[in-house]
Amino acid sequence: MTTVDADAARTGTPAGASAAAPDAGSLSVEGLAFAYPDGHQALFGVDLAVGRGERVAILGPNGAGKTTLVLHLNGILGGGRGTVRVGGLPVEKKNLKEIRRRVGIVFQDPDDQLFMPTVREDVAFGPATTGLRGEELAARVGKALGQVGMAEFADRPPHHLSFGQRRRVAVATVLAMEPEILVLDEPSSNLDPAARRELADILRSLDVTTLMVTHDLPYALELCPRSVVLSEGVVAADGPTQALLCDDTLMSEHRLELPFGFDPRSVVVPAR
Amino acid sequence: MGAGHAHRMYRHGHSPVHRLPPHCKLAATFAFVLVVVATPREAYGAFAGYAALLVAVAAVARVPFGFLLRRLLIEIPFVLFAFLLPFFANGERTEVLGVSLSVPGLLGAWNILAKGTLGVAASVLLASTTELRELLLGLQRLRMPPLLVQIASFMIRYADVITAEMGRMRIARESRGFTARGVRQWGVLAKSAGALFIRSYERGERVHLAMVSRGYAGTMPVIDEVTATRAQWATAVALPAAALAVCLMGWWTL
Repeated sequence: MTTVDADAARTGTPAGASAAAPDAGSLSVEGLAFAYPDGHQALFGVDLAVGRGERVAILGPNGAGKTTLVLHLNGILGGGRGTVRVGGLPVEKKNLKEIRRRVGIVFQDPDDQLFMPTVREDVAFGPATTGLRGEELAARVGKALGQVGMAEFADRPPHHLSFGQRRRVAVATVLAMEPEILVLDEPSSNLDPAARRELADILRSLDVTTLMVTHDLPYALELCPRSVVLSEGVVAADGPTQALLCDDTLMSEHRLELPFGFDPRSVVVPAR
Repeated sequence: MGAGHAHRMYRHGHSPVHRLPPHCKLAATFAFVLVVVATPREAYGAFAGYAALLVAVAAVARVPFGFLLRRLLIEIPFVLFAFLLPFFANGERTEVLGVSLSVPGLLGAWNILAKGTLGVAASVLLASTTELRELLLGLQRLRMPPLLVQIASFMIRYADVITAEMGRMRIARESRGFTARGVRQWGVLAKSAGALFIRSYERGERVHLAMVSRGYAGTMPVIDEVTATRAQWATAVALPAAALAVCLMGWWTL
């Protein structure tokens, strides 16, 4: 594992958060290994610690184990070796309810994520399963939709929204659960450049730990001060995104390629 | 809600009928249909009475008759065989314009046609004044088994998604020169249908994953509780109550 100045990577952490309680990070994955029932081993000992408020990109070629890792974060997959803790709470059967509230996964296809007849009901689904009702529930839904700028679409059925709007509502459905950590699977896929930028603005405005699985390297550079390269089921590199993207050997070793004409060295990364 | 994002049966409006809670309207429609079905077929006047009642409801709901009549056409395939009854039924026969028709057959056809039309008209009125989502909430409120309500709800949500997928598959087929001309192409269409089924099934699994990820543990949480006041119930009951009066009159004058 190549560690590219891990301390510098944490400069995105709010002041004092990691210094005061170094063990109370949002996410800690230790020695996670997992093989599917068909014998295919996807993870071979993944270690990852994410501090509160950090935005981290998970990069890696297809088949690197990114999705497998994500599905371990909220206990959909499990039973392999190693441990996963979210905000200190281990991902175990008895904690699953709380874990699923703490870990908000936004799946790639918003049509999978949005299954209720209207946007409002869909955003309300998560908090309602935790027992929230009435005024409190409505306030939570209003806040989450406001955070993604979709408040006026509350009574629309999801299939009448544009793809970008659906993606934003999908983000709201997990924000409504006030998660400890927001996990996004390919957030920029299928978005036109304007929708992509709008989503970036929204993600930047949120004060929540964010894990972003993506092939969109410029997007990772724009949004995440820190990146983790997952390759063949292990963490191959962990460090500041710009440093990783500028490391040509590392990039080519793990089938990571920048879009034509994009030079990460020339980019001035915005502060947070 | 504007017309752009409502289903095709629904007609946007703010009439007293639109404003009634969905479960009241559902119960009223169901009771009305029961009363109609319980009416003897020879009580011709009663059926005219029912029709008048529905016309009154349509007027209050400001649903244009043209709209209502067009939606009624859906009934035709279901009552087609009723038209055959007078020709093929047994029993006493009568001559109409030189054609020999069976009297019990005529009565049977009338019975199916009158009751069917009234039932469909009542349902069309319900559908044109109540949004699909509200109907689901109403069914949930009336304690319809949650599994059935969930199935209906997912059907509504994903009908458009699956139709779009089907459309994309059709375009993909035709872009490669396929045209369905006859029986010989049915194999391709059957395979497309199979692929569509598998894709939808896999989508179902992904949807379930997304639901579980947000805390779903087998029951849908109640997000919207629909409630009705006594006055609203009284308004809704007016239709089946009036129909019952007409029905009793029908039995009495028989």
